[in-house]
Amino acid sequence: MATIFWKELADHLGSRRFFLLSLIILVVAGTSVYLGIQGFRENPEEVGEYVYLVLFTQAASGLPSFLSFLAFFGPLLAVLLGFDAVNSEFTRGTVSRILSQPIYRDAWINGKFLAGLTTLAVMVVSIALLIFGLGLFALGFPPAGGEFARLLVFVVVAVIYLGFWLALGILFSVFFRQTASSALAAVATWLFFTLFLYMIAGVIADQLVPLRADSTASDLLRNQNIRDFVLRFSPVALFEEAVLPILVPTYRGLSLLALLTRPDVPTSPLSLGQSLLVGWPQLVGLVALTSLCFAAAYLAFMRREIRTS
Amino acid sequence: MIVEAKGLRKRYNHVWALDGLDLSVQEGEIYGLLGPNGSGKTTTILILLGLTEPTEGIVRVCGHDPVREPLQVKRAVGYLSEKVGFYEELSARENLRLITRLNGIPEAQGKARIAEALEQVGLAEVSDRPVATFSHGMRQRLGIADVLVKRPKLAILDEPTSGIDPEGAVQILDLIRRLRDEAGMTVILSSHLLYQVQRICDRVGILQRGRMVAEGTVGELTGGEGGYWAVVEGAGSALRARLEGEEWTVGVEDLGGGRLQVALAESARPQLFKIVAEEGAVITELRPRVRTLEDIYLRYFQA
Repeated sequence: MATIFWKELADHLGSRRFFLLSLIILVVAGTSVYLGIQGFRENPEEVGEYVYLVLFTQAASGLPSFLSFLAFFGPLLAVLLGFDAVNSEFTRGTVSRILSQPIYRDAWINGKFLAGLTTLAVMVVSIALLIFGLGLFALGFPPAGGEFARLLVFVVVAVIYLGFWLALGILFSVFFRQTASSALAAVATWLFFTLFLYMIAGVIADQLVPLRADSTASDLLRNQNIRDFVLRFSPVALFEEAVLPILVPTYRGLSLLALLTRPDVPTSPLSLGQSLLVGWPQLVGLVALTSLCFAAAYLAFMRREIRTS
Repeated sequence: MIVEAKGLRKRYNHVWALDGLDLSVQEGEIYGLLGPNGSGKTTTILILLGLTEPTEGIVRVCGHDPVREPLQVKRAVGYLSEKVGFYEELSARENLRLITRLNGIPEAQGKARIAEALEQVGLAEVSDRPVATFSHGMRQRLGIADVLVKRPKLAILDEPTSGIDPEGAVQILDLIRRLRDEAGMTVILSSHLLYQVQRICDRVGILQRGRMVAEGTVGELTGGEGGYWAVVEGAGSALRARLEGEEWTVGVEDLGGGRLQVALAESARPQLFKIVAEEGAVITELRPRVRTLEDIYLRYFQA
């Protein structure tokens, strides 16, 4: 499997796609640092003690924060690495050539997945370090140990999240014979989870518990809960919920209760362990989704007939 | 017996691609698999390699079961697929290096084997060019080099000469024969091109609808009948009736305008002359019936 892994990794790192990705990374990291530092200059009190984490979550008019950028466009990049993993080998005719060598069949797909995951990890880590470096340059003081630990957790979760989309891309590449159809299917799924599900969740919630001007607080709560329930089918929402408490130490959860109490209760930052606990169910859900998706791709590949015509 | 298969059946969805195929190939043999498209050649090959599982039947390749012990089989068998493909952006040498690495051949030894294989197929000069710049014939030869670097005991070549010009095809066939003679490699090849099969194969099996319909040496399959074709002019119906009555006549065909084409056995020429002369007709043409694999092939597939 090591041979496959290194070959695929070399392919990824040497491809034009990766060059494009690197360009995007540079732009995003630059913007994100710029936004964070501007926010810090304008009102230093609001930023609090976790300056470096703010660099990752600060949004400004019209420009998304690095976190939402990763949640929204990260999947596209991950899918880009996976959507032609298997079917392009079929169209090129390399499948029978590789699989007639003495390797187990699953070594191939495992190697491909791991190589893609490594590429994504390299990408995420390099953005994180870039933001850190630029932040150091602009702010003039180093990050605290706590911030570094939180960032490490963030990177791991982000790689798992991107791993889901990579596995999805590979799954489509096993199902569809044409790379074009698998790319379209992957983009459609991405649009569904990042845009449409948010609309659908709102519609379903409003249908089940219509909100009026005189709605009670419990109705409001039920409406919100239904919306959250539907949204949690989306890995995008899961990722945001799992990561927010890690990057925003004062964050207590998405529930209406937390939102309502926020103005009254002074919010002090949670410890890393407690922050992890806030997002733990979402984190487990994310890991499960990623494993499930890869398992589906794995099974589909193992059962696929080699015969092309 | 390097390959042994009994009662192979393979079903794709609702179609039986193989329907009770028996096959056995001896060590050091060049065995040709013949058959029209869809007769099960490629399926047979994939089963021998363990790339697809038979629905029913037993297979042994080099003493191993491809279903249970795929790695042992794949280590001993080299395969050139019908539509061989390479990683276009890698050079010929890099493509082969991937194969040696997947086979766990030590780097230095692999390098030497790659150089040797590229030399043998005549690609040594272009070995550092990306495969994207290769012509079809060069790719096919690279495919053979791909098999060679493994030094397999058995090489399975699916249409090794398809799409190659006659000169290139002859070179490839010579190379295959040399490999058998020098390295003692057993070769199974499938082809549509009968004269090529006839040229190098020791034994031939003809497949039709997933079954072996004829098997034997080229001589066995083509020999046996022989005899002559004769064209008779000025023949009446009486001559035709007489000819058809003789036991040495294999077949009579009316070409129109009083011309008959007669197929006759080897020893019957004097009788033919005599009868034709008696009926006042003339023989305008007489030629030996040379039978090739093509005749055999057509006979099976026209029926």
